[in-house]
Amino acid sequence: MKTAKSDRLAYLVDGARTPFLKARGKPGPFTPVDLAVQAGRPLLLRQPFGPQAIDLVILGCVNVIQDEMNPARVAALRLGLGEEMVAFTMQINCGSGMQSIDTAYRYIRDGSHQMILAGGAEALSHAPLVLRQSAVEWFGNMAKAKDPLATARAMAGLRPEFFKPIIGLERGLTDPITELNMGQTAEVLAHRFDIDRKTADAYAMDSHHRLAEAQRQGHLKGEVLPVFDRDGNAYDQDDGVRPDSDMDSLAKLDPVFERPYGKLTAGNSSQITDGASWVILASEAAVEEHGLTPLARIVDSEWAALDPSIMGLGPVMAATPITKRQGLSVEDVGLWEINEAFAAQVLACLAAWGDEAFCKTVLGLNGAFGRIDRGRLNVDGGAISLGHPVGTSGNRIVLHLANAMKRNGAKTGIATECIGGGLGGAMMLEAV
Amino acid sequence: MPGKVLKHLEATEMEFGPATQAGQGHWRLARGEDGIAWLVFDRKDSTTNTVSQEVIRELDRHLATLEKDVPEALVIRSAKRVGFAAGADISGFDEISDDGAAKLLQQGHGVLDRIAALTCPTICVVHGAALGAGFEIALACDYRIAVEGASFAFPEVMLGLHPGLGGTLRLTGLIDPVEAMTLMLTGKTAHTKKAKELGIVDLICPERHVPAAVRAVVAGKVEKHEQGLISNSYRLRAARSFAARQMRSKAAENAPEKHYPAPHALIALWEDHGDDREAMQEAEIASFARLLDTETSKNLRRVFFLRQGLKDNAKGEDEITHVHVVGAGAMGREIAAWVAIKGKKVTLGDLELGPLAQAVKQAKTICEAQHLSGIETRNALDRLIPDPEGYGVAQADLVIEAVPESPDLKGDIYADLGKRMKAGAILASNTSSLELTELAGKVRAPTRFAGLHFFNPVSKMQLVEVVAHPKTSKVVVDRLAAFCGSINRLPALVQDYPGFLVNRALTPYLMEAMVLMDEGVTKEVIDSAATEFGMPMGPVALADQVGLDICLDVAESLRGKLEKPMADISDSLREKVEAGQTGRKSGSGFYEWKDGTPEPDTEGTGPADLTDRLILPMLDACVECLRRDVARTENEIDGAMIFATGFPPFRGGPMHYVRTRGIGEIKGRLTELADTLGPRFTPDRGWDDLG
Repeated sequence: MKTAKSDRLAYLVDGARTPFLKARGKPGPFTPVDLAVQAGRPLLLRQPFGPQAIDLVILGCVNVIQDEMNPARVAALRLGLGEEMVAFTMQINCGSGMQSIDTAYRYIRDGSHQMILAGGAEALSHAPLVLRQSAVEWFGNMAKAKDPLATARAMAGLRPEFFKPIIGLERGLTDPITELNMGQTAEVLAHRFDIDRKTADAYAMDSHHRLAEAQRQGHLKGEVLPVFDRDGNAYDQDDGVRPDSDMDSLAKLDPVFERPYGKLTAGNSSQITDGASWVILASEAAVEEHGLTPLARIVDSEWAALDPSIMGLGPVMAATPITKRQGLSVEDVGLWEINEAFAAQVLACLAAWGDEAFCKTVLGLNGAFGRIDRGRLNVDGGAISLGHPVGTSGNRIVLHLANAMKRNGAKTGIATECIGGGLGGAMMLEAV
Repeated sequence: MPGKVLKHLEATEMEFGPATQAGQGHWRLARGEDGIAWLVFDRKDSTTNTVSQEVIRELDRHLATLEKDVPEALVIRSAKRVGFAAGADISGFDEISDDGAAKLLQQGHGVLDRIAALTCPTICVVHGAALGAGFEIALACDYRIAVEGASFAFPEVMLGLHPGLGGTLRLTGLIDPVEAMTLMLTGKTAHTKKAKELGIVDLICPERHVPAAVRAVVAGKVEKHEQGLISNSYRLRAARSFAARQMRSKAAENAPEKHYPAPHALIALWEDHGDDREAMQEAEIASFARLLDTETSKNLRRVFFLRQGLKDNAKGEDEITHVHVVGAGAMGREIAAWVAIKGKKVTLGDLELGPLAQAVKQAKTICEAQHLSGIETRNALDRLIPDPEGYGVAQADLVIEAVPESPDLKGDIYADLGKRMKAGAILASNTSSLELTELAGKVRAPTRFAGLHFFNPVSKMQLVEVVAHPKTSKVVVDRLAAFCGSINRLPALVQDYPGFLVNRALTPYLMEAMVLMDEGVTKEVIDSAATEFGMPMGPVALADQVGLDICLDVAESLRGKLEKPMADISDSLREKVEAGQTGRKSGSGFYEWKDGTPEPDTEGTGPADLTDRLILPMLDACVECLRRDVARTENEIDGAMIFATGFPPFRGGPMHYVRTRGIGEIKGRLTELADTLGPRFTPDRGWDDLG
């Protein structure tokens, strides 16, 4: 029997992220650690405590680059947190940024730590080009060749395809067990839950409109902090947003994952993006010691797994146990953040929760969980408009949920995401 | 700052072979079981090695001992952590006259020749800097091992000299002579890798491999650097003359012979004797002794001590680790970038993101200009935090305000800062034209408020005026001075006064130039007169460089506040500012700057009193500042003016120039000028107190 009961409470006291910067065909201005440093510097600056108050740094990052092994530690040192700062990096694909929070939450609950910096960082635009295995072998033979004859022999093995590198990101977004790419898994769900193209497009359009409105209203102020590159450019907001997105232009897009009949397009899928996000978790003692005002309390969390080919249902599998444990009905949850990997995937989750048979058989509920009100779901847009820097998204949705709950006066909220490979993660917050 | 583990381990000793025990003198000598002798340079009562007569004499005695029983090899190195040797002890230079100098130099040459003549291999292990005479000792050895981070330079030219202990012949004889001459003519440093490329060092290794490297050299496993074919071609006089012509024209650009004879003497030395070692040695001694006696060298040595004097202001701890700069304009961003590069955490506040972004780019550009490595650049940029929300205010130990020169704007900003700054933090204004005493009325804690007046560009201008108003506490002045030291700038301690010291002195010079232009003298003629005097650039070009808007601000703010009338502000200045032609930063001012720095060289001549009309009011203002205790001493004025305005170093500073040319003579000239041109030239009362 799982339990979230504990004497020690864990609070989310503050957090900030970079603007999410759309990958534009070449490496962006920042590496994962650069992004983590850019978001972390101002976040730490606005705290009433110094770096010595922080006990641990945990960072989610999926595509770690060669120059930044254990990006958590590199970021901690570059943030000036001191040589004695223990820092580790977590990788559970799209759940990495939430896994860092969850780990921090559990450490604080256990009483071993008082204050933890937990984040996510990802620079998908820096995903490497990878040499084919056959090309790597050829290079190896060339290097071993000691005399001209051996060199000539090795040289003869050269094949044109050696010069066609594999795009690392493409491989990264393909499930190695089923050989389906992530978009295809969402196509499977669209088919199973009968989500049509138009509904998916409408959801996507809405996502853009919501983010644009949140930007206009200043709802992201304090959460999104500007970043500055070395060439004199400042970036102050998520740049993948299309405020004038409309159904006509979305309808014109061709399917990208399963041509020609697929329903998923670049328009109703999440964007390939760079970004980092941090939250600060504190124990009750730390909150008191430093006179902090928490944004929210972390109440519960859950990880779940299912077949990789339908990984998009991860949120349903991970969030439902929390609602069961906490005795929450669909109406009891004031706000939801479900990471928008694909419009069809989010819609499939909603459909599953609304499906009595599914809820009874798969989730062990007495009936349908119910329809989640779109007015409570991803109120300020999501990965379709913002982008989905995989290791960061889980962190962002928790941070944004806390901010949105505060703004809307919601008492309870759940942030949840699907995770490539057939996993789901969920976290429940409560207003303080 | 190293943590406890590294701190503990850092006590690791340097390698001195068997010569581990400090001896009585400046050197210690010991021989190991392997027959290798270690001669360790460890100057008494100092943390730095400098080469004095006594050091040379003692070295001579040790060499005599070694000659009697020649070791397997001789290793020479320094025991000082900071480096090998900082060069000759120049405080001794003034005492030796021409004749005496030549004799002392001959003795010194004899000692270094004795090292070179030892029949065993001689190996100099260099860590840190080997400068001047230190470099010359290293060159007298057969081999040089550079510990990573070692550097080599002949900075003598900065003192109006050239190397005098055989450096000219040994370096031109070791590496490509043109490279050698370039090093000596520019005074530039050859860092470890460059030194290896040039052939100055035979081997580079980290400290932990010094014993192994020494053994490898002794075993003959290290190949010695050899001069190549091109180097050999300079044995021909024609080849040397050809190269010398190019060197001369290059030297003349920055250092005209009549003001700076040393580079030209050095070129002649090599051109005439580059193929005859003995003749060159004799000529080097004669030439060095001659230069030692020139006014230029005496004054440049004076400048060296002026710099030390300003550095002494910076003694003590600044207790400043985090600086918040308000305003990312031209000055704010330069200050922020420089302070971050020098190792402090910096937050830079501005309401606009654009200037903040430009500040980051500017910092990167300075890092490149300073040849910082990739990691150093990254760390500097990590420390420079653009801070549009002003989060840094609450955490900073020092807040530097660098916003436009409006008392109201500054007042509003101070009111806000006062609410948010942490207890004990210092507030400093970079104002160049407003009076601090007035601004102090707008701050929350006047005792912790002062001026910190940087000059543009901060990365190149070494001086900072630390300006106290009557309520500034001494502790705050000292901390700000120490702060300047910690960011490698020179603090001049001055009192609040219109224009403080430097702008007070500079403004009449700039204003007079504009009066002259209005009279019809061309800007080229005016600027040439100033550069002929030795100023790095003329007043018109300087006004453009500083920014005409700032010049106008300063002139306006000085007008009416001084006892002495100033020249009317020229209409042409106002018109330029109104038209947005604010000088270099806008691409044009009095000159066009779009295509680079203008060259005001001209054959034209102006009125006979042109130079005096420009320079003398500047001297008069310095005298006024001295009388009114704006600056404490003549030396501080000289240092400040040289390092802030480039007042010709070979003249030793404005006050030194006054004393050299004659107090009565200058006062008389001012009186004459006042009679014909008006009371702006009337000599200050302070002239009578100079004595």
